[in-house]
Amino acid sequence: MNIHEYQAKELFRSYGVAVPSGVVVDSADEARRLISEKQGIFSGNSSVYAVKAQIHAGGRGKAGGVKIAKSPSDIPGFVETLLGKTLVTHQTGPEGRLVRKVWIEEGAQISREYYLSLVLDRSSRRISILASTEGGMEIEEVSAAHPEKILTLPVDPEMGCKGFVGRRVAAFLGLPVTLYGAFSTMLSNLTRFFVETDCMMVEINPLILTADGRLLALDAKVSFDDNALYRQEKVLALRDLFEENELEIEASKHRLNYVKLDGSIACMVNGAGLAMATMDVIALAGGTPANFLDVGGGASKETVEQAFRILLGDPAVKGIFVNIFGGIVRCERIAGGIIAAAKDVKLHVPLVVRLQGTNAKEGREMLRESGLDLQVAEELFEGAQKIVQAVKGAK
Amino acid sequence: MSILVDRSTRVIVQGITGKEGSYHATACREYGTRVLGGVTPGKGGTVHEGFPVWDSVKDAVDAVHPDVSLIFVPPAFAADAILEAAEAGIELIVCITEGIPVQDMMRVRRILDIRNEEGETVRLIGPNCPGIITPDGAKIGIMPGYIHKRGRVGVVSRSGTLTYEAVWQLSGLGLGESTCVGIGGDPVRGLNFLDVLALFEKDPETEAIVMIGEIGGDDEERAAAFAKAHMTKPVIGFIAGLTAPPGRRMGHAGAIVSGGKGSARDKMKALESYGIIVVDNPSVIGKTVAEALSKGDYRRVPTCH
Repeated sequence: MNIHEYQAKELFRSYGVAVPSGVVVDSADEARRLISEKQGIFSGNSSVYAVKAQIHAGGRGKAGGVKIAKSPSDIPGFVETLLGKTLVTHQTGPEGRLVRKVWIEEGAQISREYYLSLVLDRSSRRISILASTEGGMEIEEVSAAHPEKILTLPVDPEMGCKGFVGRRVAAFLGLPVTLYGAFSTMLSNLTRFFVETDCMMVEINPLILTADGRLLALDAKVSFDDNALYRQEKVLALRDLFEENELEIEASKHRLNYVKLDGSIACMVNGAGLAMATMDVIALAGGTPANFLDVGGGASKETVEQAFRILLGDPAVKGIFVNIFGGIVRCERIAGGIIAAAKDVKLHVPLVVRLQGTNAKEGREMLRESGLDLQVAEELFEGAQKIVQAVKGAK
Repeated sequence: MSILVDRSTRVIVQGITGKEGSYHATACREYGTRVLGGVTPGKGGTVHEGFPVWDSVKDAVDAVHPDVSLIFVPPAFAADAILEAAEAGIELIVCITEGIPVQDMMRVRRILDIRNEEGETVRLIGPNCPGIITPDGAKIGIMPGYIHKRGRVGVVSRSGTLTYEAVWQLSGLGLGESTCVGIGGDPVRGLNFLDVLALFEKDPETEAIVMIGEIGGDDEERAAAFAKAHMTKPVIGFIAGLTAPPGRRMGHAGAIVSGGKGSARDKMKALESYGIIVVDNPSVIGKTVAEALSKGDYRRVPTCH
C-alpha cells in the first residue's frame, strides 16, 4: 500500500525526521482562508512556498505538479490549477492521475541535495540503505550512469541503525562533521519507522541541507507491506481509495486478485503464477492481456460470476479467456460454474474456456453441450490462439 | 530415490483442526503419506478426523518423533509456528500459509540460518507454497496428488497451479517426476531454487530439472549461475510475467518488478547465458524436457569441479 507525500511527512515528523511545515488543502478557497487568517505556516514571515499536487506517483515535478509560490497571494491560483488536473508522469501510465489534494509547504533555502532510501532487500534479508550525493535525480538513472555515486549498506532490522552506520553514510555524502550526529539520529529514526510500521520502501528524494545548516526531508515516499496491514491500523487508515482502480477495489471485496492492464483480452485463471503465464501466452499468440486475475482455488459459480462482471466492467475488453487447471477442484464443477455464470451475466464478447486437470474431459463436454456461444480448448497455447482469432474475427 | 521426502517420512500438521489443515491432512493421509497427527494449542489430547492432537510441537515430537511439520496456521501466527517447529527439532518445515508479513519472514530466516550455521539441520519450504511431493511416496502439501507420476524429472517452482500445469505435461508424456518442490511466491522464503537444484543434482533418480520462476528478485539468476558451475543435469527454465508491468504486484508478494530489476526478459537472458534451456511458452515445458533427455548427450560439463 502506498500513501501520499503529506501523509508520509506527518509520519516522518512523528518519528523525529525533520520535514518542512505545511498544510494540505482540497480547495483554493481553503487556501485563501488559511492565508487571510494567517494560520499555521502563513503566520510567520516566510515568503516562498512549494505547492505540490498529491498523487501516488513519482515524477510530479516534471509533469507540472509542483509550483513555487514567491508570495502567499500566488498560492490560491496554483492550487486552482492543480486541483482537478490529471497528471501524467512516468509512473502513472498514459491515463494519468487526478489531483484531489494539494500540499502547501514552507520553502527552504537549499544548500545541497541528497538521495536517501531504505528498501527491503530480499536477497540479503536485511534493510538496505541507499544514499547518493545526486539528490533530486531518478535513482535508476544515477545507478546506470554513476553507480559509484551510490552507497548501499545493509542494516539488520533487529539491531537497528547504529551510530557507526549513520556516520559512514554521512561521510559518504560529504556532510559537515558537525551534522554527523543529527544525521545518524535521523537515519536511526527512519529505520525504526521502517521496522515498526512494516515498510517495504521509504524514499527521501531530495533530502536537503538548508542554508542555515539543517537536514530536511523535502519529499517523502513510503510503501507498506500489504500482508502486515492487519497489525498497522494507523497506516491502514491512510489508505486513499481514489488512488486505486475501481475494478480492483471491487475485485478485492470478492477476494479476487485483479490487476487492470492496457490490453483487450481479459483472462480468468486459478493461481497467480498460472495467471501470469496465461497473460504471457496471450501476448505470444498475438494478443494483449487486459488484466491479471487470479480467482484462487475455488472457482465456484459465485466467484466466476463476480469475475466475469469485473472483467466486463473494463470497456477495453474484447474477449475473455478462462484458463483453469482443476486440481483439488474438479473440472466438471468448474464447468458448471462457468455455464451458470455466463448465462447470468449475458456475455457479449467471445469466450474461450480451457480446462485441464481433474475430470477435464467431462468438464469440456459439459461446456460443448451447454448451448453457450463459447469455444473449448485443451492446451494453454491453443486456447490463447483461439481467443486471439475470435477477437480478430469479431472486429 | 527422491529428495527430502519419501514413503518413510513421518509428518505432523500444525493447525490440524482448522478448515484447511483438517482437509489437507486427510488428503495427504489418503495419498499414503504417514500423517501421525497434528498440533492445535488448547486442543491437546483430543482426536480430530482420526488424528491425535497435541498442544505443542514439542509434545508431538516427544510422542511420535516426526521428520516434517506441515503448517496451515493463519498468517499472523505463522512465523511463531515455524519457529516453534524449529525449536522442537523438526528438520523439514513446510509452510503453506499465504500472507505472512515479510519482516516476520526476515526474522524467521535469520533464526533458521543461525541454527544451521551452528550445526543443526533445519530446512523450510515456503511459505505461500503448495508444498512438496514425491510421487507414490509422500504428498506433503495441497497439490492434487493424482496428476503426479513417479519418474525422472525434478520440479522446483515459485508457483502453484503453474507447477501443476508442468507436472501434467511431464506425467502425460510418461516422463514423470522424482520430487516436486514448491518453494513459494513470497520475497523471503526458506529453500531457494539453488538449494533444491543442489539436492536434485545429487539424486540418482532425477535426470533433468524443471525450474519455474517468476518476475521479481534474482533467485533464478543465482540458481542458474550455480547450475553452470556445479551441475551435470539439464535444467529447463520458464519465467512467468513477461507481460507484467513494472511496479505492479502480480498476486504473489514476491512477483513485482521493482527498481528496474527482476523483469522476465532479463531473467530469461541471464538463464540462457548460464546454459539453462529456456522456454517462452509454458505449453511446451514437457516437450522440451523430453527433447533434452532424448538427445542422450544432455550431460553437461560443469565449469567447476
